[in-house]
Amino acid sequence: MMRRYIAKRIAQAVGVLWAAYTLSFFILVLLPGDPVTAMAGQGMDSAPVDPARLEALRAEYGFDQPAPLQYLEYLGRALTGDLGDSVATGRPVTQLITEALPQTLLLTASALTLALLFGGALAMAATYSERRWVRQFLLSLPPLGVSVPTFWIGLMLVQFFSFRNAWFPAFGNDGVKGLVLPAVTLAVPTGAQIALVLAKSLSTTLDEPYIATAKAKGAGRVHVHLRHALRNAALPALTVAGLLVGALMANAVVIETVFSRNGLGRVTQAAVAAQDIPVVQGVVVYGALVFVVVNLLVDLVYPLLDPRIVLAPTRPQAVAA
Amino acid sequence: MSGQLLETGTALGLPTTPDPAQSGSRGPDPARATRRTLAFFARRPGLVLSILIVLVVVVAAFAPGVFSSADPTRGVPEENFQAPSTAHWFGTDSLGRDLFARVVHGAQLSLRATLLAVSFAFVIGGILGLVAGFVGRWVDDVIMRFVDVVLSIPTLFLSLAVVTALGYGTTKVAIAVGVANIAGFARVMRAEVLRVRTALYVEAARGVGARWYTVLGRHVLPNSISPVLVLATLEFGTSILAVSSLSFLGYGAPPPAPEWGTLISDGRNYLANAWWLTALPGLAIAATVLATNRIARALESEVRQW
Repeated sequence: MMRRYIAKRIAQAVGVLWAAYTLSFFILVLLPGDPVTAMAGQGMDSAPVDPARLEALRAEYGFDQPAPLQYLEYLGRALTGDLGDSVATGRPVTQLITEALPQTLLLTASALTLALLFGGALAMAATYSERRWVRQFLLSLPPLGVSVPTFWIGLMLVQFFSFRNAWFPAFGNDGVKGLVLPAVTLAVPTGAQIALVLAKSLSTTLDEPYIATAKAKGAGRVHVHLRHALRNAALPALTVAGLLVGALMANAVVIETVFSRNGLGRVTQAAVAAQDIPVVQGVVVYGALVFVVVNLLVDLVYPLLDPRIVLAPTRPQAVAA
Repeated sequence: MSGQLLETGTALGLPTTPDPAQSGSRGPDPARATRRTLAFFARRPGLVLSILIVLVVVVAAFAPGVFSSADPTRGVPEENFQAPSTAHWFGTDSLGRDLFARVVHGAQLSLRATLLAVSFAFVIGGILGLVAGFVGRWVDDVIMRFVDVVLSIPTLFLSLAVVTALGYGTTKVAIAVGVANIAGFARVMRAEVLRVRTALYVEAARGVGARWYTVLGRHVLPNSISPVLVLATLEFGTSILAVSSLSFLGYGAPPPAPEWGTLISDGRNYLANAWWLTALPGLAIAATVLATNRIARALESEVRQW
């Protein structure tokens, strides 16, 4: 049962990657706007280029062939791990991205950890408190957190913690200290969403009969909250955390620009500005890859927390047929 | 099959189609309805404030002159970097331009871009979801697989891909954000259509021989659209954020234009000596998003009560 579940999830993940590649290919290559002119000009505003050079470039990148043929050729190369070369720098796309990715992943992972810790703590405190105003105050924070532009939070933190009080560096990648502000910035919207979901599922779980049973048997409030309620209520929050990783990584790209950090953000910015199509496509595919891998992990951890997940999906179908 | 026929038969005898006119004015006494509406809003001061904020922003977007007579693009160089005061509510920037005027006029660009983005996603996503849910079978499979894929690519990356392909500009950024949001609309629309499609009144309409487009236009669409409209209000907030992120990154309108995201990225260079240049446009964005989210939540709980 377990093996079939895992195999199915992995097959789905591979399918999603293929489709992400295809979709980005069609957006980038088939939308109006001639990629070759842009490549030759290396940017948006530049003088017209010699037509012979355009033809040469077209042939080099295979853009003179019909779209389906181009697609098959590119897909074939992508399957062997070759996402093409950057037009602006001439370096292989995979190399460019894998160099920049660790910094971004470090930032994303730190932000996710902070978001889980603080979002979780907020939801716990809000549902644990018996005072109405404390509860309402705490529950009013997450909607605020998701409404504020992330890059603006970053700038405000820099303004306060770097310029007014020189506690943390405003720019760059140096060590743990340089990681604090961007990670906190990124954690705000994610933590807010996790808090929203967890608070909701905690309050429904706390109304379940088994909680009343536990209380009736003399378990303390803290014990009931942590051992009985949280274990069940954490599952939806876990799913949401997995789904948020994509947005978190995309936001990291913006936040890296705010804090002038090295990472995927700088690569992406440069690629979009130069209309460097292979690199942009690479970024999209790697973004989908991270998302797919994280959610695969969540799916694999899930049955350990809740064995019903593996058993359930195949049953209803059998009954329905 | 026979069960379906039986249901259709009972449906023919009973008027099960909900009458929208009836649910609109339930009580015969209009004064009581007004009193109930007032009580509804009196218990929700946050909602009233949100509606006011959205109204102000909408007026700013379509008639910026109402709030500020200053020219957003022409500055007085001697008056640069003035802190917020009664003369310049939001202070002035490096060129001595009135920041309040720039934020007000920026509402025009940013709100229009957001409106375009949401409408784009609403129309395309809505049609995809409608077709998937109504036609079913392999069409449903193909469309929903596509939707699943789009959902697994971070929306910002998708938007960046579209910006790369189309180029810079307010409209192009709006389309980029719209494309990235199609999937969500398709998913909700399909779910609603599937729910409504099996309802008794739809089967009854089919049973009396209504053509497919009548069933779709008169019965399925009106009864499945409201959750999608709620999603549209919710997406409005996230789209304001997405549009301002892209214009913050510099993909929006070229420099003199005061898009909200651009204002923040301009102010970034003077973070150490002129806090208002970043802080206040950001607050304008946050207030607008917070207000639309609050309204969306109110609408959501209304829709769920039906």
